[in-house]
Amino acid sequence: MKRENAINLVLLLALLATPFIAQAMGETFTVTLVTRIAILALAAVGLNIALGLGGLVSFGHAAFFGTGGYAAGILASHAMSGEPMLFGFEGSNQMPVVWLAAAIAAGIVSLAIGAISLRTSGVYFIMITLAFAQMVYYFAISWPAYGGEDGLSIVLRNAFPGVNTMRPMEFFLVCFGVLLAALIFSALLRSSRFGAALQAVRQNEVRVASIGISPMPIRLTAFVLSAMITAVAGALYADLNRFVSPSMLSWHMSGELIVLIILGGTGRLMGPVAGAALFVVLEFWLGGITERWQFFLGLILLVTVLFARGGVIGLLAGKERHG
Amino acid sequence: MLLDVQDIQTFYGGSQALFGVQLKMDEGEVVALMGRNGMGKSTTIKSICNLMPPKSGRIVLDGKPTDRQPPHKVARLGIGLVPEGRRCFPNLTVYENLVAAARPGRWTLERVNDLFPRLAERRDQMARSLSGGEQQMLAVGRALMTNPRLLILDEATEGLAPVIRQDIWRAIRALKADGLSILVVDKTLSELLPVADRCVVLENGRNVWEGKADALSPELQDRYLGV
Repeated sequence: MKRENAINLVLLLALLATPFIAQAMGETFTVTLVTRIAILALAAVGLNIALGLGGLVSFGHAAFFGTGGYAAGILASHAMSGEPMLFGFEGSNQMPVVWLAAAIAAGIVSLAIGAISLRTSGVYFIMITLAFAQMVYYFAISWPAYGGEDGLSIVLRNAFPGVNTMRPMEFFLVCFGVLLAALIFSALLRSSRFGAALQAVRQNEVRVASIGISPMPIRLTAFVLSAMITAVAGALYADLNRFVSPSMLSWHMSGELIVLIILGGTGRLMGPVAGAALFVVLEFWLGGITERWQFFLGLILLVTVLFARGGVIGLLAGKERHG
Repeated sequence: MLLDVQDIQTFYGGSQALFGVQLKMDEGEVVALMGRNGMGKSTTIKSICNLMPPKSGRIVLDGKPTDRQPPHKVARLGIGLVPEGRRCFPNLTVYENLVAAARPGRWTLERVNDLFPRLAERRDQMARSLSGGEQQMLAVGRALMTNPRLLILDEATEGLAPVIRQDIWRAIRALKADGLSILVVDKTLSELLPVADRCVVLENGRNVWEGKADALSPELQDRYLGV
């Protein structure tokens, strides 16, 4: 575990240092790229709680990612136009408010989805989470009030007290801070009694029941927490692009999040960060070489699954804890 | 009365395994559940825990019937099961295995570590990397952490080295002296009979003999338990 801690620290420092170096070299675009890494990593940190610790392969996390995105977009558009929303609420362009709204909205959605889909397991769980996510996707497409298929622009990136979020560097630091908080939360959760019970449920449901723990509430709690973190990432993602569209809700997004985790290392604390970094770098670098970069991503994923099941963290930090 | 198993019949799909098993236990009693392989001992235990609910009959634990309760509710009524084959959570550490199960009561991590000092030494090791004996200690420790009224040990010493076996029996005697009610299934009669207050013998899913441990004569042992 000592070695893993060292590697985790190096990864985090590298993530933090890269934008500063890039900025000093005048490569402002790299700052945005690293911000994208941090946000996707945050979304995957959320999914990793359900997938890595709980063994719940949710193929519908895009629903929560997109819910977060729309929370940011909708609140911002109302704050901009001054038109009141439901219950006369005026919208907001303050990130903390937006994050809270994103987390609460996704919490409610995931509570409903989880309560139904967690009654199934294995391939049925994968399919039912996908089905729910697709429902949310088509709902967004057919709802004209917020852009429908065309999506919704955020004219001015939401604000954070004391920070000018329109500057790439400052926005990156906000995202990095949220990612760091989520990683700390995730580490605490993992070492808590709840974390032990969640992993025990993943390993054997009957055994867990025979020591007096009911699997369902534990799974549901993990699923909801996981969705809430992913939703905050969605809100940041919308702010990064200053645009939110149904594509954030599409099943490609759900798949991408799972791919990030597998590339980085399933169930490992920093797996999502390593996976997101690798994914974005490949997307940028291979995408610059060929339009068919996803073919090569597929090859890399295949090699990871066949020969390096611990992902990047497994290769760097050695033996996986997850099993 | 702590446990009252009344005439239960349990089925594996279409085939019947228990044909009206009866079992009564008082608080603080150690009862040996005996019989040859395949006679229904483990099925009786699974039925008590509702892992395999009986089709008919009733099980009353401390005055509360357990029918139609999910297994985790039955466990919460006060049953600590140490299942056959040491079923720990392989990818959790010893410490995590113990605290995940914990419910408040007399048994704490410190007391479990006092009972099995080895577990304290192996605190941060993964359960799967433990020896068979250590895994068994962990399974017993985990059951104790739930602070059960009734501890059920299913073949707790099977396949262990003699030295380790002694450690487990020493722990069982200590638990008995502490006043815990224990239902034991075990093949080592030389160790089991001195500990047990009473024996219940099953044959083909039915009760065939019941009595004090010292009344189980060599003839009876040969008749019901010999191979």
